[in-house]
Amino acid sequence: MSALGLLRRAALLLAVPALLVAAWWLLTAGSTDFFWPPLSQILGAFDDTWFHGRFTRDVLPSVGRLLAGYLLALVIGVGLGTAIGSVRTLRALLEPVLEFFRAIPPPVLVPILMLFAGIGTGMKILVIVSGCVWPVLLNTVEGVRALDEVLGDTARCYRMRPHSRYVHLVLRGASPQIAAGARQALSIGIILMVISEMFAAGDGVGFTIVQFQRGFAIPQMWTGIILLGLIGVVLSLLFQLVESWALRWYTGLRGSEREG
Amino acid sequence: MTAAPAGTAGTALLDVRHVRKVYEGAGRSVEAVRDLTFGVAAGEFACIVGPSGAGKTTLLKCVAGLLGCTGGEVVLEGARVTGPPPGMAVVFQEYGRSLFPWMTVRQNVELPLKERRVPKARRRELVDEALDAVGLGEARHAHPWQLSGGMQQRVAIARAVAYEPHVLLMDEPFAAVDAQTRADLEDLVRDLWKRLGVTVLFVTHDIDESVYLGQRVIVLSNSPTVVLEEVAVDLPAERDQLATRSDPRFAELRARVYKLVQQAKSGHRPGTGDA
Repeated sequence: MSALGLLRRAALLLAVPALLVAAWWLLTAGSTDFFWPPLSQILGAFDDTWFHGRFTRDVLPSVGRLLAGYLLALVIGVGLGTAIGSVRTLRALLEPVLEFFRAIPPPVLVPILMLFAGIGTGMKILVIVSGCVWPVLLNTVEGVRALDEVLGDTARCYRMRPHSRYVHLVLRGASPQIAAGARQALSIGIILMVISEMFAAGDGVGFTIVQFQRGFAIPQMWTGIILLGLIGVVLSLLFQLVESWALRWYTGLRGSEREG
Repeated sequence: MTAAPAGTAGTALLDVRHVRKVYEGAGRSVEAVRDLTFGVAAGEFACIVGPSGAGKTTLLKCVAGLLGCTGGEVVLEGARVTGPPPGMAVVFQEYGRSLFPWMTVRQNVELPLKERRVPKARRRELVDEALDAVGLGEARHAHPWQLSGGMQQRVAIARAVAYEPHVLLMDEPFAAVDAQTRADLEDLVRDLWKRLGVTVLFVTHDIDESVYLGQRVIVLSNSPTVVLEEVAVDLPAERDQLATRSDPRFAELRARVYKLVQQAKSGHRPGTGDA
């Protein structure tokens, strides 16, 4: 029964992707259009394009910068967010400014950031941070604000020290919202990873895709786009794994509430 | 002022002196508690009843040091309460919201002990004893939300007991559980009180409960709150859900407290003549 259930789930999960790939394959099968090469040709170029040097030269640096920027954004967002969420005056003071900065699309910051952060790795990480930090920050603020008052009173009654209050009450209590923000930030991070490599770069997936496009290496360009999608899927799966582990209690709590 | 029963005047473990609490709102202030004075002796079980909206929870928060008083003071073991004092544990009405849902039952009970830097071996002992005492030895690895409401409140009681407080404050702890569970929990609290010699201040809106549990019932007026009257409960120390509740003396005391609460509801205050 459970094996059958697993099979069912796998079928549900893969049904639409399989259909899309099949449609792509069939629609482009006899294509002679230069910009829409047959999928078979694209997939045939995949291995040659990425796994003979470019993986370590371009993919790993890209993913490395993404992770560095993403983790930095998490630390900054959660750190600032818990502070702003805990202190009412700080919140009143900063909220309008935060909304303003959040509304600025990070790509327009790239030329500005290049002015004082140069065109190196630092700039690219900064671009990723500048986009990823907002959903994390704002969700953390909301999460901390929504902490249960009774739980806070309990922590005070049992004289929890500031450090363990922060770890066991504030961070854990806000973790569902922090995770929601982190999930949004991840997809923003992938977009910004590519964009930051399109402006002034010497390596990276985004850089390589642009190179292929400019060199009219169209099948190779397509493999790069597919690769980006795959990176997104893998990172999102990893994220779900960590999330479902860290929020086991939350899933259970919500389940028990639904049962009444 | 009403005369305090012998033994509570000078030697009170917990002294509430002329406590006043005014909530300052936008443009207007609400006087929730006007002037409350009473003492609770070491080892006593005192109940506080009052009509709904009598500021019972406000009073309890002031006593617990969670809320500053506008006037007067709360003195616990000779020291003025300015924040949650070390020798005090509180059991809240909202059991579901006072337990950490990301911790197991055991971790919930253990946390305050960790904060107090109790050594690990002693911690384990205290947690196991407390969980066994409330009959939850088997559920120690469960999460609170996997338990029924009554069991969750048992966890909160176990946490308070393991903390080894001198004073245990209970804020309508059984208001949200069903009647049968409630009777069980009442007996559990009486039991723990007798066994541990802890001082209990028990806030409730349930008149029967206050008489059944307490040695003394402090009846509050309506808001702005003062003490309307104190009723000494001279029932035998051995309480039993059936025998005690059918005791004629229980009925008398219950009727007396009931009448007082009715008076309180209709706005009767001490010093304004008999109603």
